[in-house]
Amino acid sequence: MKRRLILWAPLIVFALFVVVVAVGLYAPADRAIQSQLIGQPVPEFALAPALPGRPGLSSSDFRRGEPRVVNIFASWCIPCRAEAPQLAELERRGVPIDGIAVRDRPQDLLAFLAAWGDPFRTIGADNDRRVQLELGSAGVPETFVIDGNGIIRHQHIGAINPQDVPAIIAAYEAAR
Amino acid sequence: MSRMRPLSSVAAEAGTRFGRPNERHRPGHKAMLVAVTLFFTLAAPAFADSLLPAAEYADTQLPDPRQERQAKALMETVRCLVCQGQAISDSDAEMAGDMRALIRQRIQAGESPDQIRDWLIARYGNWVTYDPPLEPVTWPLWGAPILLLLAGLWLARGRFRRRKKP
Repeated sequence: MKRRLILWAPLIVFALFVVVVAVGLYAPADRAIQSQLIGQPVPEFALAPALPGRPGLSSSDFRRGEPRVVNIFASWCIPCRAEAPQLAELERRGVPIDGIAVRDRPQDLLAFLAAWGDPFRTIGADNDRRVQLELGSAGVPETFVIDGNGIIRHQHIGAINPQDVPAIIAAYEAAR
Repeated sequence: MSRMRPLSSVAAEAGTRFGRPNERHRPGHKAMLVAVTLFFTLAAPAFADSLLPAAEYADTQLPDPRQERQAKALMETVRCLVCQGQAISDSDAEMAGDMRALIRQRIQAGESPDQIRDWLIARYGNWVTYDPPLEPVTWPLWGAPILLLLAGLWLARGRFRRRKKP
């Protein structure tokens, strides 16, 4: 009898394997890649201004004692248009927003800001995507909350929808 | 959640679907199909990617063949962030091109492939590498095949025994 049970063992192991694979296949896919830098200092970088006559952005800007929100965006990114009203709402509620424009041209950026609003205090030009990769960001748009000591506190992946605004404001307040 | 994804692959698919007009179609249909094809092939990349040219070294080999070999080997084990499931060496996504450029430039500057891999893992986690390190979480990947092989041998051990003559 014991021998019989042992002969079933491979089938049982295989059935377990099928269950594990099926659970993995049918679970909703989570394709968001969190930055591993949350809780870590902002990496060193210095971005030239994306628009003439406006300030650029460098990592030293994040060590001035006040928290800041950094929005990684691009004029060629469609979801970035969808989150524009939410960025305007954040600005209206006193949240300072810095921009990192990924692979953008000044003329496209100007048209984008004219059409969808301009909540940015500074806009750095990340033309080779180096700073986006440096921050552990995997796409546009993404938004980081960084505290006054330059520690990354929060990452929002994807466009900021109206229901996401309170979480961002809470993260900003918590970073004070 | 909507994220920027390379639409060019979708467009290419749609392009072939609309792009081979059936011979029986009338010329008006043909013109329509051509217009639809053009719409998908021309418009989609502009939505998905920026208008800036590809990064230097995104699609250009390093002059030093030894360095290029190192860079290529690393790129084949680094996962693309936007076209998940592809290595950056295989991907046409703009972001993959930027990552190839980053790897080639760092190799050229004298960094070792392991240093660059560690740099990427520090930002994106082990997710980013197709060569996951041996850790408590990943040891079943190495341990399970050995265990299964041993279990199989144990089950089959009777077969290897010389049968006693009756």
